[in-house]
Amino acid sequence: MPDPILEITALDAYYADFQALYDLSMHVMPGEVVAIIGANGAGKTTLMRSVSGLIRNAPEAIRYRGEAIGALRADQVAARGIALVPEGRLLFPSLSVEENLLIGGQMHRPGPWSLERIYALFPILQERRHVPSTALSGGQQQMVAIGRALMANPDLLLLDEISLGLAPVIIKTIYEALPGIVGQGMAAVIVEQDIAKALSVSTRVYCLQEGRTALEGRSDVVTREAIAAAYFGM
Amino acid sequence: MDWINAIVQGTLLGGLYALFAAGLSLIFGVMRLVNIAHGDLIVLAAYLGLSVSTGLGIHPLMALALVVPIMAAIGYVLQRGILNRTLGDDLLPPLLVTFGLSVILQNALLEIYSADPQKLQAGAIETASLQLGPLALGYLPLLMFVCSVAIIAGLQWMFYHTALGRAFRATSDRQDVAQLMGLNRAHVFGLAMALALAVTAVAGVFLGIRTSFDPSIGGGRLIFGFEAVIIGGLGNIWGTLAGGVVLGISQSIGAEINPGWQVLAGHVVFLAIIALRPRGLFPRMD
Repeated sequence: MPDPILEITALDAYYADFQALYDLSMHVMPGEVVAIIGANGAGKTTLMRSVSGLIRNAPEAIRYRGEAIGALRADQVAARGIALVPEGRLLFPSLSVEENLLIGGQMHRPGPWSLERIYALFPILQERRHVPSTALSGGQQQMVAIGRALMANPDLLLLDEISLGLAPVIIKTIYEALPGIVGQGMAAVIVEQDIAKALSVSTRVYCLQEGRTALEGRSDVVTREAIAAAYFGM
Repeated sequence: MDWINAIVQGTLLGGLYALFAAGLSLIFGVMRLVNIAHGDLIVLAAYLGLSVSTGLGIHPLMALALVVPIMAAIGYVLQRGILNRTLGDDLLPPLLVTFGLSVILQNALLEIYSADPQKLQAGAIETASLQLGPLALGYLPLLMFVCSVAIIAGLQWMFYHTALGRAFRATSDRQDVAQLMGLNRAHVFGLAMALALAVTAVAGVFLGIRTSFDPSIGGGRLIFGFEAVIIGGLGNIWGTLAGGVVLGISQSIGAEINPGWQVLAGHVVFLAIIALRPRGLFPRMD
């Protein structure tokens, strides 16, 4: 069995003064898509922020390709090939659509993703490439946020609540694009409120509850009852 | 004719004020840092120009080849060593630290160079002028104005058409997300301060050629810089040039009316613009 690309061991993470994750352990294999589900406040976003370096932790708690990265800054983590699509999209308002994408690729990591590939994936962005990112609809902004992360040619892509606040038809478009994104050998961790969606795109799933892992299993075999029990702690 | 002359000379002076303001504007725009020591850094650049040009026996404009990189290096080290530690949600710490820096710089310059007024000697070009009908345009003020416009055009181009400018704008927008893109905030801020002080180096040497200076004049230059930024509209680089020119013209018209009114006229016009257009003449469109 190959080594995991991401290995989290006994992670205690804090959000301000509040402990959000307790003794959390999980792993992601190369090329694997892992879903993280859980109620609001379960610690999903804290987990994403910890892996990407926005929250600094004990070095050994997070290993990426065998290297302890838990205490690195976000830019150092990004340089190693981890990209985050943050919750709420968080585009750069002073930058145009194309500039948002270019800044995602400013580390010039080699890989399959380029402006052309992003525009082929989301043609509407090419049409609107010179508009300020703030002038886009929520769905288009989410496409920019995903494209911006892909421009870094990451080996591990973190997607935090990419369907939050979007119309169902837009969510469908974005989720239809996902297999084309993660099918390239890139590993991904997807945080998602919609459990059916999360299970349909992932190979394995972790359910968090109050900062702890309540359930871990293969997405195609976990039962609704097990998820409900893990979700609500019953 | 005197009035037209006053307007023309004021415009040329405004180019220098725009250079004072450009560094301030860049620093505030990228990192929301109000640099109280900016005027003293301008004076520091003038003294560096003095030491380099008299030490090596070269023309003060040639001395820029050394003063610009020295000031840029000072900027980078200052930002990474001290100012980055003061930045956060609170605007007060950087204000206090740069205020302290201003006091330190003034006293250090006084200690090293004494309080005697100094001037950079630019030779024959200082008195040469271009005769345009009844107007006499000094070559030196003209050269300084052209340089100022070129520097501001260069900053504008850099900000909107280069990867560095993109990094500045992105970091200014959202520091943590910029960090996710692989941009180290501390380094980006260091580069912004280096660039701002490189511009300040040119401003300081120009100032030193134009007028005499001593360690105490930094505060006044800071005020002129602030006024130019605010008149032009915060965050607008071309507006900064316009602000500098408005201030320069106001001062020279004031001086035309009564020599004692030069600086006062500038402040009065500044206050009038603030009262009528609180966001400046050309606020950035958002």
